[in-house]
Amino acid sequence: MAQITLKPTKVPELYLEGYNITPDAFAGKSLMEIADLDAHEGKIKVKLGDYFEIAGQSGDTAEETAINIDGDCSRIKYIGNKMSAGSITINGNADMYVGGWMKGGKIHVMGNVDSFCGIAMEGGEIVVEGNAQNHVGCAYRGDWRGMRGGTIRIKGSAGNDIGTFMLGGTIIIEKDAFIHVSTHAEGGTVVIKGNVQGRVGGQMVKGDIYVLGSVQYMLPGFKKVGSVEQKIDGTEATFTHYIGDLGERHPKSKGKEVYANLYVQEA
Amino acid sequence: MAEILIRNGFVIDPTRNINGDVADIAIKDGQIVEGVGSKAKVIDASGKVVMAGGVDVHSHVAGPKVNVGRLMRPEDKLFKSPHNQKNYRMESGFSIPSTFKTGYDYARMGYAFVMEAAMPPLHSPHVHEEIHDTPIIDQAALPVFGNSWFVFEYLKNEEIDNCAAYIAWLLKVTKGFGIKVVNPGGSSAWAWGLNCLTLSDPVPYFDITPAEIITGLMKTNEYLGLPHSMHIHHNDLGNPGNYETTLESLRLAEGVATKNNFGRDTVMHSTHIQFHSYGGDSWGTFESKAREVMDYVNKQKNISIDLGCVTLDETTTMTADGPFEHHITNLNHLKWANTDVELETAAGVVPYVYDKDIKVNGIQWAIGLEMGLYATDPMRTFITTDHPNAGPFTRYPRIIKWLMSKQAREETLASFKHTDKVIDATDIHSMDRELSLFEIAQMTRAGPAKALGLSNMFGGLGVGMDANVGIFDLNFNDMPADPEAIEKAFSRACWFIKSGEIIVKEGDIVSHGNKRTIWVKPNVAENPQVIRDIQDKFLKDYSVGSDTYQVRDYLAPNPYVIEFDVEA
Ligand SMILES: [Zn+2]
Repeated sequence: MAQITLKPTKVPELYLEGYNITPDAFAGKSLMEIADLDAHEGKIKVKLGDYFEIAGQSGDTAEETAINIDGDCSRIKYIGNKMSAGSITINGNADMYVGGWMKGGKIHVMGNVDSFCGIAMEGGEIVVEGNAQNHVGCAYRGDWRGMRGGTIRIKGSAGNDIGTFMLGGTIIIEKDAFIHVSTHAEGGTVVIKGNVQGRVGGQMVKGDIYVLGSVQYMLPGFKKVGSVEQKIDGTEATFTHYIGDLGERHPKSKGKEVYANLYVQEA
Repeated sequence: MAEILIRNGFVIDPTRNINGDVADIAIKDGQIVEGVGSKAKVIDASGKVVMAGGVDVHSHVAGPKVNVGRLMRPEDKLFKSPHNQKNYRMESGFSIPSTFKTGYDYARMGYAFVMEAAMPPLHSPHVHEEIHDTPIIDQAALPVFGNSWFVFEYLKNEEIDNCAAYIAWLLKVTKGFGIKVVNPGGSSAWAWGLNCLTLSDPVPYFDITPAEIITGLMKTNEYLGLPHSMHIHHNDLGNPGNYETTLESLRLAEGVATKNNFGRDTVMHSTHIQFHSYGGDSWGTFESKAREVMDYVNKQKNISIDLGCVTLDETTTMTADGPFEHHITNLNHLKWANTDVELETAAGVVPYVYDKDIKVNGIQWAIGLEMGLYATDPMRTFITTDHPNAGPFTRYPRIIKWLMSKQAREETLASFKHTDKVIDATDIHSMDRELSLFEIAQMTRAGPAKALGLSNMFGGLGVGMDANVGIFDLNFNDMPADPEAIEKAFSRACWFIKSGEIIVKEGDIVSHGNKRTIWVKPNVAENPQVIRDIQDKFLKDYSVGSDTYQVRDYLAPNPYVIEFDVEA
């Protein structure tokens, strides 16, 4: 796999929209051509080369291209935007929209990410060693078609609105989450290994949520139906099984209504 | 203003029965003239088609429901809003484009006039503010009357003269163009959670029927002698089996004679007729009744129609047919906005995805095109998408392609998941007709201009008409074998001249033009009863005063007012 290294050379005064920092955009290009790729700082069109020292070599295809960002990207948005293959490693923090609309490949962030990580993701893998802000794996605002596939793993904690309008794929938050999990979801799996404050599964139609810690405030639209043994992300435990959201419409399968499942680990 | 000479194009102008003759078009002071001097700017149109500016008879491009659509659908702008561009204002949105994108996109297609098809009178200031913000194109707006308490009360008592005096007053205070009727009675019934699905369903409280409203408003329209006919969105839109209600509604035109001084021969414009030409009694048995409806329209010569073609896009439905939007949100479970406009109308907005792999959507696509292909009089049959309801107006070039090319229709049909089922439920597969450029010019230019009573200004290239001219990259004598080239040519005019000014030059917008707001001011004899009724309603029922209700002049800073005296 050919490797390209980007070393940040200046901190953008506003925020840099780095939508071209993807294996797809870099593949088959010389270092000069990569430096010449567009980005935006506010409404001003800029070049990637204005912000990074670029070294190494790109592969012929996205699949054969690995991007290594050697430095902090706290003011850079849209890294890995719409990427279909290959890999990106960020040795630091990243701003909003990491891996947004991603279709394949892998993104590994060593630090923290801001909001909208994995928004409307369709496939591939995102691993964040630190924490995430809000809207992990959510739908674009207004859209009813959220995350469809792939995996997002946040090794720290996450904020609000995780998996909004989710249709497929998996989101794992290894520590705590704040509020609004899988709101309006119609598929997919969210695993929260720590505690979550509340509003879990509001208006959820279909899909699964696992909470290995506690839910501080349960929504009234979820009903306890039993107790089950399950193995999830390497943890085997007994969970209290709830179905819901009973206030929402639910599709029928073989004459039976299909509900969303919420599994909360028993103490 | 500069003089322009468009040289050697293939001119297509149905108003003068010119079909592809190579000729020059001379322009001076915003009008078509006999000739210009040697200093005129010369545009070489050789090998290209020259047509009058397009005329859109029905499109939802300004006002509260359009803006609600923009607000509730940020995702309509996602990846469709380019960063700032030189000489242009920012453009955003697809099915509900920003005002600037609306003006630019119509200009790129060579359109000169667009009718905003439903103006809630109470919100007319907002409609005019957005019209004012939409560059280049001339626009007018049709206030809705089919669910007005005033209209119900006058027509219930068969007081056509009072109804006419009220409508004349309302057109003046809202700067409106004519009489729009949306789901007559049904949108008012919606305030009670009800609807009027047949022409004899009484409107709650008012005890008048849709048939009485339709007939009364046609008579009122001719009493006033307005430029346009009554313009109707029939009852029971969008439901299987609704074609019978449509035919019943169309037949009401038989008893009404046209009376106007604007060259109009019709008394009813039946809009987005595709949505009203459905057979079957469920979505399972859903089928085309295009032939049945068009057989009637073809022989009933005082009716005009527009198609409302489904373009198989993700779009946003929006209509004053409040109960219908509730029906849609129950079908597709997507977000819904709903409102009641006091004393006047209702409205709703719901996103909708027309999916080529859903059988019903495929059949709807076929029905719209069949109606265009069954039409024997293109001067009474106009191309629309009921923008954005059946698709965005930016797809007109695609509809033209489908109407002009059987090959293009077959390619689309073959791409469906349920091709065979769509073929079984429609006639499209067996229809060989391919419309000519002359017929397209009738359907998009000369025809709508005539039905709107604007044929002295729009729709043709005769001397004295407004200098609205589109030049398209099509060789009349050697039309492209690939139908995609037709769509491409009509998507981006090479040149577009609006009111004598060059707006599009080699495909790019170069001017924001000098748009006009066109409105109609019929002067009727003073009617003390109607004046008293209006004062009464503003005192008792409206939440605003009659002073704040009206559209101030500054909202239409470049007006073109059609003023005339009504002979009693
Ligand atoms: Zn409409």
